[in-house]
Amino acid sequence: MTRLPDHTERKLGLVIDLDTCVGCHACVVACKGWNTENYGAPLSDQDAYGAEPSGTFLNRVHSYEVTPETGAAQLVHFPKSCLHCEDAPCVTVCPTGASYKRSEDGIVLVNEADCIGCGLCAWACPYGAREMDAAAGVMKKCTLCVDRIYNETLPEIDREPACVRTCPAGARHFGDLGDPESDVSQLVAARGGIDLMPEQGTKPVNKYLPPRPKDTWEQTDILAPFLTPVADSPQGFLGWLDRALDRL
Amino acid sequence: MHPSPSVIIFTTLSGLGFGLMIFLGLGAPSVTGWVAFWFYLIAYVLAVGGLMASAFHLGHPERALKAFTQWHTSWLSREAVAAVAALLVMGIYAALAVFFGLRIPALGWLGAALSLLTLIATAMIYTQLRTVPRWNHVLTPLHLVSTALAGGALLAGQVTPASVLLLAAGLIQIGHWSVGDTRFAEAGHTLGSATGLGSRGQVRAFEPPHTGPNYLLREMVYVVGRKHALKLRILAAGFGYALPLVLILVPGAGHVLGGIAVISHLLGVFASRWLFFAEAEHVVGLYYGARV
Amino acid sequence: MGHLEPKLDLSPKVSDEIRKTTCYMCACRCGIDVHLKAGQVAYIEGNRDHPVNKGVLCAKGSAGIMQVNAPSRLRAPLRRVGPRGSGQFEEISWDEALQTAVDWMAPLRDSAPEKLAFFTGRDQSQSLTSWWAQAYGTPNYAAHGGFCSVNMAAAGIYTMGGAFWEFGQPDWDRTKLLLLFGVAEDHDSNPIKIGLGKLKARGARVIGINPIRSGYNAVADDWIGITPGTDGLLILSLIHCLLKAGKIDLDYLTRFTNAPVLVNEDPDSPERGLFLRDAKGKMLVLDRKTGLPTAFDAPGVKPGLAHGYRRAGITHRPVFQLLAERYLSEDHAPEAVAERCGIPAARIHALAAELARVAFDEAIEIAQPWNDFRGDRHGTMIGRPVAMHAMRGISAHSNGFQTARALHLLQILLGTVEVPGGFRFKPPYPKPPEAHPRPNAWANPGQPLAGPHLGFVMGPEDLALRPDGTPARIDKAFTWENPMSAHGLMHMVISNAHAGDPYKIDTLFLYMANMAWNSSMGTGRVMEMLTDTDPETGAYVIPRIIYSDAYSSEMVAYADLILPDTTYLERHDCISLLDRPISEADAAADAIRWPVVEPDRPGHAGVRGFQSVLIDLGARLGLPGFVAEDGGPAYADYADYITRHERKPGIGPLMGFRGDGSATGRGAPNPDQLERYIANGGIFVHHIPEAAQFYKPWNTAYQDWAVKLGIYDSPQPYIFNLYLEPLRKFQLAAEGHGDRQPPDHLRARIRETMDPLPIWYPPFEGAAIEVDTYPFHALTQRPMAMYHSWGSQNAWLRQIHGQNPLYLPTGLWERHGFAEGDWARVTSPHGEIVVPVAHMAALNANTVWTWNAIGKRKGTWALDKDAQEATKGFLLNHLIHELLPPKGDGLRWSNSDPITGQAAWFDLRVRIEKITAPAEAKPAFPPLKSPVGHGPKDLAWKVGR
Ligand SMILES: Nc1nc2c(c(=O)[nH]1)N[C@H]1C(S)=C(S)[C@@H](COP(=O)(O)OP(=O)(O)OC[C@H]3O[C@@H](n4cnc5c(=O)[nH]c(N)nc54)[C@H](O)[C@@H]3O)O[C@H]1N2
Ligand SMILES: Nc1nc2c(c(=O)[nH]1)N[C@H]1C(S)=C(S)[C@@H](COP(=O)(O)OP(=O)(O)OC[C@H]3O[C@@H](n4cnc5c(=O)[nH]c(N)nc54)[C@H](O)[C@@H]3O)O[C@H]1N2
Ligand code: SF4
Ligand code: SF4
Ligand code: SF4
Ligand code: SF4
Ligand code: SF4
Ligand SMILES: [Mo]
Repeated sequence: MTRLPDHTERKLGLVIDLDTCVGCHACVVACKGWNTENYGAPLSDQDAYGAEPSGTFLNRVHSYEVTPETGAAQLVHFPKSCLHCEDAPCVTVCPTGASYKRSEDGIVLVNEADCIGCGLCAWACPYGAREMDAAAGVMKKCTLCVDRIYNETLPEIDREPACVRTCPAGARHFGDLGDPESDVSQLVAARGGIDLMPEQGTKPVNKYLPPRPKDTWEQTDILAPFLTPVADSPQGFLGWLDRALDRL
Repeated sequence: MHPSPSVIIFTTLSGLGFGLMIFLGLGAPSVTGWVAFWFYLIAYVLAVGGLMASAFHLGHPERALKAFTQWHTSWLSREAVAAVAALLVMGIYAALAVFFGLRIPALGWLGAALSLLTLIATAMIYTQLRTVPRWNHVLTPLHLVSTALAGGALLAGQVTPASVLLLAAGLIQIGHWSVGDTRFAEAGHTLGSATGLGSRGQVRAFEPPHTGPNYLLREMVYVVGRKHALKLRILAAGFGYALPLVLILVPGAGHVLGGIAVISHLLGVFASRWLFFAEAEHVVGLYYGARV
Repeated sequence: MGHLEPKLDLSPKVSDEIRKTTCYMCACRCGIDVHLKAGQVAYIEGNRDHPVNKGVLCAKGSAGIMQVNAPSRLRAPLRRVGPRGSGQFEEISWDEALQTAVDWMAPLRDSAPEKLAFFTGRDQSQSLTSWWAQAYGTPNYAAHGGFCSVNMAAAGIYTMGGAFWEFGQPDWDRTKLLLLFGVAEDHDSNPIKIGLGKLKARGARVIGINPIRSGYNAVADDWIGITPGTDGLLILSLIHCLLKAGKIDLDYLTRFTNAPVLVNEDPDSPERGLFLRDAKGKMLVLDRKTGLPTAFDAPGVKPGLAHGYRRAGITHRPVFQLLAERYLSEDHAPEAVAERCGIPAARIHALAAELARVAFDEAIEIAQPWNDFRGDRHGTMIGRPVAMHAMRGISAHSNGFQTARALHLLQILLGTVEVPGGFRFKPPYPKPPEAHPRPNAWANPGQPLAGPHLGFVMGPEDLALRPDGTPARIDKAFTWENPMSAHGLMHMVISNAHAGDPYKIDTLFLYMANMAWNSSMGTGRVMEMLTDTDPETGAYVIPRIIYSDAYSSEMVAYADLILPDTTYLERHDCISLLDRPISEADAAADAIRWPVVEPDRPGHAGVRGFQSVLIDLGARLGLPGFVAEDGGPAYADYADYITRHERKPGIGPLMGFRGDGSATGRGAPNPDQLERYIANGGIFVHHIPEAAQFYKPWNTAYQDWAVKLGIYDSPQPYIFNLYLEPLRKFQLAAEGHGDRQPPDHLRARIRETMDPLPIWYPPFEGAAIEVDTYPFHALTQRPMAMYHSWGSQNAWLRQIHGQNPLYLPTGLWERHGFAEGDWARVTSPHGEIVVPVAHMAALNANTVWTWNAIGKRKGTWALDKDAQEATKGFLLNHLIHELLPPKGDGLRWSNSDPITGQAAWFDLRVRIEKITAPAEAKPAFPPLKSPVGHGPKDLAWKVGR
């Protein structure tokens, strides 16, 4: 099973809009809540009320500061979970077959019943998308909410990942990136979606939409006509006022 | 990477064990009876002890059998299969030698080959990881295998092969360090490529996702001081390769000096192995600002 | 080769049952679907039908499961057994607890009801708590708004009959340009994020004006890293540019604002600066058709702006002329303010030009006719798609009221309030200041108060002063020091009570406010005041403290009697139009909470919803309204009150399902009302008709709708107050007019700050000190994933924000040679702290900041004593004082806005020194004894195993 499928029928994944993500961590906690109660063992927390609490999370939001050559520094919030790579090295290193990529939709999963907790898959993942659960001793990772997206006990509209459903800013999109006609593929095309660490050769399915250009104040000149004074003296201003009111 | 004792012990001891097995399998020394018993005991204690140590760091050792199933893709699985095959073949070979005084060279060669395969598989587990540029090149298997072979030769008392192998392994070790030092930069992984933001300016990790520690940080983001590393490299090279080489080349070196050479080598390899992990930077560290 | 993939159960049952209620992990009040398995909370997600969050949920909301099960939950009423501040308590029964409270409160009511001071914090039942305090008869009641954002609320209501905060919203669906001033998270957490998402999806432009570029400001297309406290300068400069270019909405100004209203200019008159009015008191404008002064609301009037009017030798000029004169002055030119604001002049020009471009060149029009209050019919609704939103970055400064007024002035000049694409009110707003009550503060033993405590003063006559001129209220609200303190001054209660100024009190009754920690200025000093004893009697200076909390907070340790509350999933609540609304701009909405799980605290006396306890106390004290005719309790509990209470005939806490279940707004109480709400998902939404959705203050369709719903008793159209006449009345008093006169030491300040047209003056703290000694502004921001102090007890959330560095700008960082992991000593005129630091480049060069309320006292919240919150987390509060540094005039001036009394948290100035890392952050206080023990080591939470 650790052999990757030659091809997957679909490529389900997430598109994350870095121009929109406000860094609120809603997706982090919704993910924790759903996956604690659902797929596999609960996501445990060690030293939960102690000096240095440390738990398992399948999605974490980083933040980076970008200082351009000119202009003000910028801050980018950066959610990161499994990218469901097409060439997933985490899968091929797994000795037990616990890690696998579904041929149907490309979701990369860990079959917890088979996992020996060797940790090698986490070493093989460039993105830090896998975390060993300290209580359960098995590898945990984003399931793309496989138990939500097909769940017939949920209303159709709710059959999407917990993190996508909860994101208040609408910065997370879910869909089939293998279908160029899908909304997510269109979005990626329109906004120039990118891969993380392409040089690792993992071919991530998840895409990131880069922040739009910022601080474009150079339009000042184009805007200048909007501020042409209507008069050059206070009296003149009142005169303008009168005329302007007449025109109303 | 976190220099976890179980992995360091495992790779060091089992490397030595399988290294020894190779020489035993090749009939160097060609031993039978009690002498063979002790030799094989040492080889098995080292190899199996190492494997046991590695099992300690598993979340579910009781499912270890499952690790034999994925040999067609997974180097870890291949290692398990090869190790068990080597131990079985060498077991039969050893039993015949110890209890019946019978050496079947073909079986020995097969055992030696399987042991070598085990060493290579182990080495490939690390080598294959593109996520750890320091490991992800041909010197890694050369380093791990040559060191195991040198240790094996040393233990097997094969002075000439041992001296050649120690010299080679020592040089490869130095090569592994110096090549390793530049690998990360050469591989081109930066926080810019990790985040895709590199084209916009200088990228710096601002706030971590959680203020608390996590598995990734504990397991993969380990930082050693440069000075500390240099000291350890000198110790590793000195004790692991240079001193044993000198000791065994002392004319008329007996068992005592040989024993000291083995202990020195073991210490050196422990240091080397600690560095092997501790100095290995995983690309995930970029996301946590571990590299600029 | 075929792939053997394990068979997955792709459709596991998510829960046995979904119960829909209202989140209370913060005050945003989103709707939640609580999934239960075997009666236990298994998963919480957003309610898609809810008007506030439309299905989404923030981090806190999703972590609710860790809150309802938090080990820090209180379990029984507590009586203090050790000294105050030790945390030593014994558990007592509810009967004993309630009897104790009654024994303390009843005699006070009969002798001096003002000696009970009842202040509430982050609660959402102010219509009940204030009604209770009214019935009790103490003037000393307020919620926490005075230290929170009263500048924003008051400036909004006084200027335009509604405020930002959660009382209005940008027209997220239509706006093309959004300016965010000083917003980190705000109460409208999810709606703002949803709205920003909409803007982003449309490619609309967002501009963040904030010294710190994080959160919303990080996603903003443009960032203006303003120097704290100078927004007023920037805004008035934008106004300067727009006026100069004539980029203002004259039609809007003449019709809907007091721009044309005539102002008396007679230098000698006691009426100087007041409006010219007719016999009926109507404001007069100069009609362009007749040239005569005419009532502003006369049908067909065409008000002019350019000409004055002389009557009886007295010049009257329209507001607009005064305004134009002031802001056209070169003092307000971008070049004149750029340096103080830390913003290049060219950028101010560019911002003004962009405002002009979008407001006028990209105007939108909705084909929706409507009628205004003068009887004019408008064929369409014109929209100026520029929206603005602001919060505490503006309001938590001592010039916040005037700055917020300036911002509203800017919005109004552009004609963007209550128009498509602009800023829109949410019912029950708009509501002009006149439609709000005046403060009531006259206590009579054994008697209820004549009316509500809090209100909007319209002049000196409304101040809450005793006949001898001393403050009637313990917090000195509505006095000359801060005349328009519409929300009270909770941050002054403890220090005034401790000082016995203006008088001593007996019992301090607090609810849901962590006053011994993150909500006070000078936390250490406040703890001392709470524990201080009279050297002669040995008794505590504040004799009795009763407190209701749900968790083991810092404040618990400082009370004598604890009335433990339930968690939000275990009680009834109502989110009422009588209180802080959850409406949207195109619908009125209210909601309930109900016990979706039972409050069980096995082995302990248990907890009760505070509102039910208050109702019980009211009955035991025999307060009017709380006892039935037979002398028994009028209401069984809060749920009963919610359904049966009528504030006015037919109007109760909830608008939905009244009468036989079909009436909305007005109608007899319906015993099935709560059941109907539950069946309806915990909410009731009542849409505003299409023709009534914009121009609400002037739109007859809206006014009629609001009357029908019970928001007003009669239509209340009004015009916006560019010029705020009540301010002028205070100035007149300070100039010596009228019989109510301010004390002399306050005259100059009142004259200078209470200008009827928006002004800017430097924040007081900066003006009171040697700025070079304290060169940096120190700010806090709300972390999105934490709610004040109460997030730290949450095992999931505390992993995200368990400690907080002080962020330093690049220049400072480099000059002092700071490196990662370093610590600094931070000194203000009032104290010092020692804290970890970190570097931030996207930060105003004169500003340092940290996350708010992460630091915790050792021994609280059921955390280990060495929890990182207690060893590395810290508060800036230790550096802040409720008074300004002494000025040498023998007086201690309050660190508040001089108009509203709003606490000036963000006026803080500090200096920074690098020091060697200590073992823990300072100040460190001794650990408190936990009344609830400590949480378990590890968690692996799963309900449905
Ligand atoms: N430095 C600095 N200080 C500030 C601010 C700042 O910006 N900077 N902001 C100020 C502002 S605006 C505010 S509003 C205050 C907020 O400060 P507080 O009003 O003190 O807010 P919390 O810390 O949330 O404390 C509220 C208390 O309510 C308790 N509580 C929680 N849930 C319940 C419940 O269901 N029932 C009951 N009875 N109690 C409950 C909590 O346990 C906690 O003890 O902080 C102020 N302090
Ligand atoms: N997650 C979460 N949400 C909350 C709360 C919480 O604790 N957590 N608290 C609630 C409460 S009680 C309140 S009052 C609201 C407060 O909501 P906000 O007003 O959004 O909260 P603050 O964090 O006080 O943010 C103040 C912002 O103003 C900026 N600022 C400071 N000084 C200036 C200035 O002079 N000019 C400008 N332009 N900006 C300035 C700061 O950098 C900061 O971004 O949030 C509410 N919502
Ligand atoms: S992101 Fe990591 S865990 Fe996910 S598929 Fe790619 S390599 Fe595997
Ligand atoms: S930890 Fe589990 S899933 Fe990962 S490689 Fe090991 S066995 Fe496979
Ligand atoms: S898809 Fe599901 S499992 Fe993956 S990050 Fe989102 S919530 Fe977590
Ligand atoms: S929920 Fe959405 S906005 Fe919030 S951190 Fe996650 S992706 Fe960003
Ligand atoms: S914003 Fe978050 S915490 Fe506040 S009510 Fe909504 S979901 Fe709950
Ligand atoms: Mo607040």
